[in-house]
Amino acid sequence: MFLKKLILANVFLAASITGSYACDISARVSIVGNEFPAIQTVGAGAQECSGAEVKTNLTADHQKINVAGMQGTPAEFTVVINNNSVLTTMLNEDLVRPLDDLVAKHGQSLMPNQLITIDGKVMAVAFMANAAHLIYRSDVLEKIGVAPPKTYEELLKAAQMIREQGIMENPVGGAYMAGWNLATEFINMYFGYGGKLYKPGSAELSIQNDQGVDTLNMLKALSQYMNPDFLTHDSNATNAEFRANNVALMNMWGSRAATMVEVDGVSQEVKDGFAIAGPMTVGSGDTSAATLWWDGFSIAKNISDAEAEASFIAMVHAIRPEMITDETEVQAVWLIDGYKPTAAAMGVFDAAGRKTEPYPSLPQQPLLHSALGNELSDFMQGNETAEQALADITAAYVTAAKEKGLLN
Amino acid sequence: MKHRVFFWFFLPTGLAMFFFIAMPIISVVSQSIFTPHEAVLKTVKNCDPFGCKEVISIDHEATENLRQEQPFGRFVGLGIYFDRGHLAINEIAGAWSMSDSWTVFFSKLGNLPFYRAMTFTLTFTFVVTPMVIGLGLLIALTVNALHAKIRGLVIFFSLLPFVITPLIGALVLFWMIDSRGILGGALQWLLSDPNLSLKASTGLMWTSLIIYGIWHAAPFAFVIFYAGLQTLPMDQIEAAEIDGATRLQRIRYVVIPHLMPLVTFVALIQLMDNFRVFEPIVGFNAAAHATSLSWFIYNDLGGETRQLSSASASSVLTIVGVAILLIPVLLRTWRDFKSKV
Repeated sequence: MFLKKLILANVFLAASITGSYACDISARVSIVGNEFPAIQTVGAGAQECSGAEVKTNLTADHQKINVAGMQGTPAEFTVVINNNSVLTTMLNEDLVRPLDDLVAKHGQSLMPNQLITIDGKVMAVAFMANAAHLIYRSDVLEKIGVAPPKTYEELLKAAQMIREQGIMENPVGGAYMAGWNLATEFINMYFGYGGKLYKPGSAELSIQNDQGVDTLNMLKALSQYMNPDFLTHDSNATNAEFRANNVALMNMWGSRAATMVEVDGVSQEVKDGFAIAGPMTVGSGDTSAATLWWDGFSIAKNISDAEAEASFIAMVHAIRPEMITDETEVQAVWLIDGYKPTAAAMGVFDAAGRKTEPYPSLPQQPLLHSALGNELSDFMQGNETAEQALADITAAYVTAAKEKGLLN
Repeated sequence: MKHRVFFWFFLPTGLAMFFFIAMPIISVVSQSIFTPHEAVLKTVKNCDPFGCKEVISIDHEATENLRQEQPFGRFVGLGIYFDRGHLAINEIAGAWSMSDSWTVFFSKLGNLPFYRAMTFTLTFTFVVTPMVIGLGLLIALTVNALHAKIRGLVIFFSLLPFVITPLIGALVLFWMIDSRGILGGALQWLLSDPNLSLKASTGLMWTSLIIYGIWHAAPFAFVIFYAGLQTLPMDQIEAAEIDGATRLQRIRYVVIPHLMPLVTFVALIQLMDNFRVFEPIVGFNAAAHATSLSWFIYNDLGGETRQLSSASASSVLTIVGVAILLIPVLLRTWRDFKSKV
């Protein structure tokens, strides 16, 4: 025990020494980003820097404020914590700067696969990977005598057994809240069926096909085993259902796995039964019904070079190899040098090791995501056919893409 | 008042109205008839931790050149107003020619976002507004009849729904009607239907939103009517009493006519507010069942890609909608005014 404390103390000492040594900044830093635990850790890491003010604004509504906060000159936010999807928006609006010179000057601790390059220029630095995968209750599956499902078809069978044996009324969970969440689930499932979102090399949508119909029918079939309020459940609400012993099977973000049973009020039964596995496949395909995501940061375009340099130094400090500690290593699948996968990272690693599509970084993708989010709920409520829903999504997407000049 | 004096009195208000009302409206209208330039796309190599890929990306230099030539963007006239996200002229024409009955036509209409939103918004407006006026009047009459000592306390509590931030009020009710919340759970128990969910059924969700709307706005009507009741002509009331009018008759023939101008005022404000219903839709996560023009604007601007032209067109349509709703009330006020002059 004493030894452990000593080692820990040394780690902290080393971290603080290298920290104060490496992180002196001379201009303001202001960070905007999402709020899950790993990003909170990165934000706090940047705030260790001294010499100038480091502000953070980490919120689930980051996508509503980041563009507006970076369009002015000088931009309010100097750093945006982004991912495959947010970076697309930033590039569409031309709000982030190339980082090649800063990487050469201050980026010695970064690994090559952390650098996101567009057209040969480094536009973002990734620090973690994420994917949705299966989270389940091993005790419940044992009770019905079923192995953890590898496909969505198996999941449906298990769900039916759990319901029939009276263990849980609505054993399946899913972040199916109308809007962004539901759209993400559609894309995950559609890729699982081997669907392609666009005609090759164009922004023309091509989802009115068999894979599209299969995807919708599978989402509908899953929702029959969900809490009837599923269209209002985001990740937080779905996790609450799992924690409250109401859900035994769900497709959930890897970044949520580590803290799933770590909150107050989770019963011992749920804690003991909590288990994770890789993403499922669907329809006898071999591609995961999931998408790969990276989370990283970019530096604003409309700020002075001094602010950009300070921001880069602070962020590189926040994701330096020494930041991996017992506490932080479980929070995410870090792409940082020296990170060793923990048990909580298994699902995401499994996703990355198999055939899993990255979430598309295309200029028109955010428009499709909103069109999906708005038009899918009618189908999920049983008000229209799958074909009609796909036609509606296409029509809504075409309208938006024409307005933004991405489609003629 | 002399014209000169009037001019100087009106000038500050006039300037404020010009800068803060007229200018934004002009700006919104101009944004709704222009859209961004067509993006110049190029193919680039995109590398991330998961590998490299050829993808299309926006060529900012080329797009910037276009923008400098025409800073307003592409002129599209009323194109945005007529597109599928708004009035959907083409889709309606198509639905009309393909439908052999009114039912089919209306179901196709209900599939278009604008008309679906209008169905909810108008139902909400025309149910909530009269209910708020009725309930407000009832509370005002009740409070007015109370003993003066407890009146203050009752007024304070009656006002609470109006004082609470709308979003918070909506969230509180949202959690209560959750199938695991106190109201949702109680309903399941009462009707012994474990699958009953207020949030999963469009009808019940509308009912919840309407109840919230009435709950939130009734205190507003109450305060106005209560103030009006303090100016009741006591001699008329007494005269009516001597003539043998019952309490109900006194309310019907003396109190309500006296409060009529206030009813018009509350109706005006409520019609405008309810047509722009927004907070409860967000608070209740109700977008799957009910939307409104205000929600469209929020959705267009809150997405990752901001659709300014679309949001501006929705704003202009809101203004037009409010204007249409207010015409009957304004006409009536104008007639009353003329008959008095």
